[in-house]
Amino acid sequence: MGIGPMDQQWECLDGNEAAARVAYALSEVISIYPITPASPMAEHCDDWAAARRPNLWGKVPDVVEMQSEGGAAGAMHGALQKGAFATTFTASQGLLLMIPNMFKIAGELTPAVIHVAARTIATHALSIFGDHSDVMHARSTGWAMLAAGSVQEAHDFALVAHAATLRSRVPFMHFFDGFRTSHEINKIAVLGEDDLRALVRDDDVLAFRSRGLTPEAPAVRGTAQNPDVFFQAREASNPFYLALPGIVKEVMDELGERTGRHYGLVDYHGAPDADRVIIVMGSAAGAVEETVDTLVAAGERVGLLRMRLFQPFPTSEILAALPSTVRAIAVLDRTKEPGAVGEPLYLEMVAALAEQMDDDVPPFAVAPRVIGGRYGLSSKEMTPSMIKPIFDELGSDRPKRHFTVGIYDDVTHLSLPIATGFDQPRPTGEVQALFFGLGSDGTVGANKASVKIIGEGTDLFVQGYFVYDSKKSGSVTVSHLRFGPEAIRSTYLIDGADFVACHQFGLLTKVDVLEHAKLGATLLLNSPYGPDEVWERLPGAVRRGLVEKAIDLWIIDAFAVADEVGMGNRINTVMQPCFFRLSGVLPAEEAITRIKESVTKTYAKRGEAVVARNFAAIDRSLERLSRIPLGAPGKAEVIVSPAATDPREFVSRITAALIAGQGDQLPVSALPVDGTFPTGTTKYEKRAIAQQIPVWDAAICIDCGKCAMVCPHATIRMKVFPDSAVDEAPADFKSKEFRSRDLLNHRLTVQVAPDDCTGCGVCVDVCPAKSKTEVGHKAINMEPVEVHRDLERPRWDFFQTIPALDRSLLPHDTVKGSQVLEPLFEFSGACAGCGETPYLKLVSQLFGDRMIVANATGCSSIYGANLPTTPWTVNAQGRGPAWSNSLFEDNAEFGLGMRLALDAQADHARILLTRLASAVGDELVRGLLESTQGTEAEIALQRDRVSRLRERLAGVKGEGRSDAQHLLALAGDLVRYGIWIIGGDGWAYDIGFGGLDHVLSSGRNVNVLVLDTEVYSNTGGQASKATPRAAVAKFAAAGKATGKKDLGAIARAYGNVFVAQVSMGGNDAQTTKALLEAAAWPGPSLVIAYSTCIAHGIDMSKSMTHQKDAVKSGYWPLYRFHPSEIEDGQPFKLDSQAPSIPVADFMATETRFAVLQRTQPERAAELADLAQADADERWRYYEQLASMHRSVPHLGHAGKANPVAGGVSPDERRDEKGADA
Amino acid sequence: MTVDLGTDYLGLQLRSPIVASASPLTGELDTARRLEEAGAAAIVLPSLFEEEILNEEIELNRSLEAGAEQFAEALDYFPAVGAFAGAGDRYVSRLEQIKRRASIPVIASVNATSEGGWIRYARRLQDAGADALELNVYRVAADPTTNATDTEAADLGLIAAVRAAVTIPLAIKLSPYYSAFANFAKRVVECGADGLVLFNRFYQPDLDLETLDVVNRVELSRPWELRLPLLWIAVLRPQLGPGVALAATSGIHSGTDALKALMVGADVAMMTSALLRNGPEHLRIVESELRASMADHEYESVAQLRGSASQGKVADPAAFERANYMKTLHSWSTPSDLTAGAVP
Repeated sequence: MGIGPMDQQWECLDGNEAAARVAYALSEVISIYPITPASPMAEHCDDWAAARRPNLWGKVPDVVEMQSEGGAAGAMHGALQKGAFATTFTASQGLLLMIPNMFKIAGELTPAVIHVAARTIATHALSIFGDHSDVMHARSTGWAMLAAGSVQEAHDFALVAHAATLRSRVPFMHFFDGFRTSHEINKIAVLGEDDLRALVRDDDVLAFRSRGLTPEAPAVRGTAQNPDVFFQAREASNPFYLALPGIVKEVMDELGERTGRHYGLVDYHGAPDADRVIIVMGSAAGAVEETVDTLVAAGERVGLLRMRLFQPFPTSEILAALPSTVRAIAVLDRTKEPGAVGEPLYLEMVAALAEQMDDDVPPFAVAPRVIGGRYGLSSKEMTPSMIKPIFDELGSDRPKRHFTVGIYDDVTHLSLPIATGFDQPRPTGEVQALFFGLGSDGTVGANKASVKIIGEGTDLFVQGYFVYDSKKSGSVTVSHLRFGPEAIRSTYLIDGADFVACHQFGLLTKVDVLEHAKLGATLLLNSPYGPDEVWERLPGAVRRGLVEKAIDLWIIDAFAVADEVGMGNRINTVMQPCFFRLSGVLPAEEAITRIKESVTKTYAKRGEAVVARNFAAIDRSLERLSRIPLGAPGKAEVIVSPAATDPREFVSRITAALIAGQGDQLPVSALPVDGTFPTGTTKYEKRAIAQQIPVWDAAICIDCGKCAMVCPHATIRMKVFPDSAVDEAPADFKSKEFRSRDLLNHRLTVQVAPDDCTGCGVCVDVCPAKSKTEVGHKAINMEPVEVHRDLERPRWDFFQTIPALDRSLLPHDTVKGSQVLEPLFEFSGACAGCGETPYLKLVSQLFGDRMIVANATGCSSIYGANLPTTPWTVNAQGRGPAWSNSLFEDNAEFGLGMRLALDAQADHARILLTRLASAVGDELVRGLLESTQGTEAEIALQRDRVSRLRERLAGVKGEGRSDAQHLLALAGDLVRYGIWIIGGDGWAYDIGFGGLDHVLSSGRNVNVLVLDTEVYSNTGGQASKATPRAAVAKFAAAGKATGKKDLGAIARAYGNVFVAQVSMGGNDAQTTKALLEAAAWPGPSLVIAYSTCIAHGIDMSKSMTHQKDAVKSGYWPLYRFHPSEIEDGQPFKLDSQAPSIPVADFMATETRFAVLQRTQPERAAELADLAQADADERWRYYEQLASMHRSVPHLGHAGKANPVAGGVSPDERRDEKGADA
Repeated sequence: MTVDLGTDYLGLQLRSPIVASASPLTGELDTARRLEEAGAAAIVLPSLFEEEILNEEIELNRSLEAGAEQFAEALDYFPAVGAFAGAGDRYVSRLEQIKRRASIPVIASVNATSEGGWIRYARRLQDAGADALELNVYRVAADPTTNATDTEAADLGLIAAVRAAVTIPLAIKLSPYYSAFANFAKRVVECGADGLVLFNRFYQPDLDLETLDVVNRVELSRPWELRLPLLWIAVLRPQLGPGVALAATSGIHSGTDALKALMVGADVAMMTSALLRNGPEHLRIVESELRASMADHEYESVAQLRGSASQGKVADPAAFERANYMKTLHSWSTPSDLTAGAVP
């Protein structure tokens, strides 16, 4: 019996939750691993399991985090073999890692579903955004592929997939577009338990169970087959694939019968007599459908064929659905397969059509022309103005056989133009609203709440989509909200807003907030300036825009209201009532009531204070709202990015455009063909996001360098320079006498970069120097930026002109000595107060001009190289870290490869050098070959030699010329470079552990730096094997029951690996020493660095204090394991004091532990006791280790070549290096 | 001789006048049990601080949401935490647990600065089985624009509101920093208080000379601190009459201290610091000292000795007032802890 929409239960969900709800209800084993944008599906399942929510059969599914997607697929495979319903969620590289198991699961005809939030596969660059390159790569595994194009479909097709897999025995990849669908909130009719029960038939369930492995009726599966039978056996499954389309249709029909939502394997929409049709799969179908409606209304004969089942390819359904009048078809693929004739959907369509046209009864009198286009890679927009030109192209005499849309390709000229004048009409009664905010101000959270308030409280349909920028701190967010009486199909951003809200006045100079406003739209502005003053304070361009578009302008000082009620910078509940009042979506009073209900729903269970403050903010909001009459338009100032001044053409032209947010306008020719980008570009961002900046008081400073050491963004710098360096300084430039016995007549300055500082306050927290007359005043203090920015800007400009101190003048193994060195990692977009970046900065200071970095995917690869800019930079000589990221799972191997190459190239250079000795000169050759490069000074000498070598090689003619040319290319490798393998704990402890272990065992000279935040920070705080016992993390929502893995112990077991555990806040000098020793150790070294993270739930300005407490409590002991060849050597040196506070005292200060004490006190107490026992036991063990004698087995004397070490024995290499400082 | 230690406090019949007052010892199941076993006649739970509840709630919510909605890969950093037990909820559940195990009266304690949620918490504590409620009125009158009248009025308003909210006995723990204390004490009783607990000790800030930080450090009491409660209990006992319960707290370290408190008119002597220093079992010693002292002085019962040296009954009532202070200042031969205690 069919039911109408009024009978349904409506909810506002995003695509991930919509799919996960069904997957959870229909699974017994859920093996998971985090990957954007699929992680939320796994997180929901973990949350529900922690809350003991049962599945359809009354059992709480076992949700198990694995060490990688490969592991998740393996565990799923095992569970399925035993006859349990198993599922997983993934995307992108994660799906690729599942492919080997997917072949097996399909080969064994095992019902299973993987839900994929389809995402770009990393090629020339990583991208977290959506396209079909991942699922298309898995299309040969034998899994059925079912594409959902909307949140409703992601919900419904999750059920279709689970039901159809059981009926057909063919496993299903159910996929939908990453972010566009996975993260879009839409109002959907939710399935009930009865719907699930009806479609997942008991007979199929029992049949599946009966095939599970059991000793009661033993069987073997997974045999090895030989040429005699493998082929036939492979063909034996054909009937199952032949039956599959019919089964999917059957399930869809049953679903339609129950819910009124009727789906076909493909669906045609448009003119019944269409001559031009677009075939597309996924969310873009929504935009195409709208465009088709507009064009058909204008009399055009066009249509859309929406693909739902992609594999098995439903040829007959497609041809049955297409009008017989069709003359030209454009098949759109959201992926790119370089070198192929076309992309997969296109190829399948062409082949299918060709076959059918060859049939006895061809479907068309004349075969339609088929062309193929690429669109939407990495979530590139797909809008009606990009779709209309495709129909135009189809109508032309000679359409491009292959094309792209949405970009301008001026290289191979494949792109179709964008129809800028094409006006896609909006449905009557619809409201489109745009909100510009900062991540920290609560704008997105409030908008998500508004979507639910409207969607679940009225008959209106809603859509919410949220765009974030590429930085983890101070990021700008844009919320796109649509409300209307009809279901919303627009799968693209808003380009004609009725209502615009700018929640931060400062954004007016950075973002064109009116760009997408309609004529006569409303602008709600959070303004610190009152009605009398605000017009004059508006940037000229904004005033002009307001007048030209006749905008209805309203202001409110939301920060003042938030401050009055104790909400800090959370202005969300101040702005929200204003939106409702001005947009008229709901009557004002009703809106206020509903906003309060929403606040209560979120916070009431967590206490009353937050509810009360929000209520106060809501109550005061509307009375502070003022309407502002428009004044005279101003002159539009042209803002030039500082990047435009860079001498490098790429930076001044391309990077500047990226920073300005104009990346979409760049043509193909503007982009590097291979993903190579210049370094040293974050300095141009000048984001000026700090509310307060540190200001130095030279009179109190004790020259310790701690502030510069801990600064996560390298925005506090310390320089020491000869007295004369400040002769030309601005009058108010601050410096003080440098206290040193060795370096006389020098001065010191500590300087903030005011526009790069994030205002995190870590520097002030660590400053040990306090005023004698005012204890609250330190040598560095946070002060309001509006008072100090203009003072500090010229100081910073001058500071940058002071040459860096000669690196040989001060030792590097002290905090002060290291902080005089120039950082070659600066102004990253990491979270304010990040605990990882200070280590990277320090490494760059110590070794930056001679390091190559292999960086695992994760936070450090994102703040390290997320466009538009990169924080890795160069010194005055143009030298700096060279950096690359391969994958998440292979970083150790990637770094080892670099070492192998470096050794190979250095060996080759030595051979060539010996061959060219007569041309180069014996003395120089001897110098080059024999230099130990044990100190920086010796490295500098070697670099001089290399320069001379290059000069001489340039002059080599005749017989030796070829060798000379090759040596010129390799000469640089005669300088000792360090390979730094850098990544987080997710990589080192979990997904990359096997490789890391192997690399550590290799004996090769690589330096591994693990930035241990004890969670997968980049994907939002999922537990890793570094997560400590008793901590709550995603995927460990009930608190992690097992203890943290002792990675150092595993590495130490090899005996010849240098291992250090460090914590900058715990002991900054030890950190520095450990890094120097790691770099100097000629074999593998591993430094595990405690890195505070926002996911710990701490006040990040106290980041270093938390690190100190971690060490004081014995939670994080400091040590260095320096392999020794001496028989009675004691390689393990415990660098921290015996614990002086209980671990509980440390744990009490971090939300990751504290929250469990409040949600499950008994479990928390039990785990806390175990955590203390962990620390006690570890300390006892380490104390014993410290007294142990251990020696690295070695050959006993130098000179015996070690073939695995590039021709140099470990002993020789050790001799070469010595101490680095 | 046998001594009857039984006493009445806030209408509760206690086996002795020695009560374990608010401290970490009374808040843990294990130590609360040990206190009872060592002879505590009742226990007062640690104070539930209004600020603690508010700060925890706000900070936890803040840190659970920190970093949220800033970056597409990490839209939040914690699993969904629907409900969590705040400081108040945990207090109530601890009270229930202790109450389930204890056979002696359990007195809940709240430390309030505003009416707000206190009414609700007072009720919750009553519902959770508290035998009485101790309301700790704790205020540093640092605002120069608020006068004493207004300050007192605010405190009395709070007391009246809590009184109206609960039916269990209500004791008010006060600081000595009221300009007209006897008058204020009388008005507190008029607001419905069943008794007074004299006095709470401000944990005043201290300086860490190494870090130059202002630190909050718990300084345990010394016996000389008993002098202030002795003074005021002696003064108030006759003024308030036998129907108002009086508890002496601060500086009770021994049986003789307890004896003195009872003699000036206290119904019970409350102990914290000595128990923290010496452990719950120290109560046994105190009780035996009290018994011994009473026996030495031939007191048969607490009822007999209580108030025997209150202001109304001593030969020179002025000894408890200003004259006593002047005399003390001039008596340099008195023990050093006494002189220290006399300096205001």
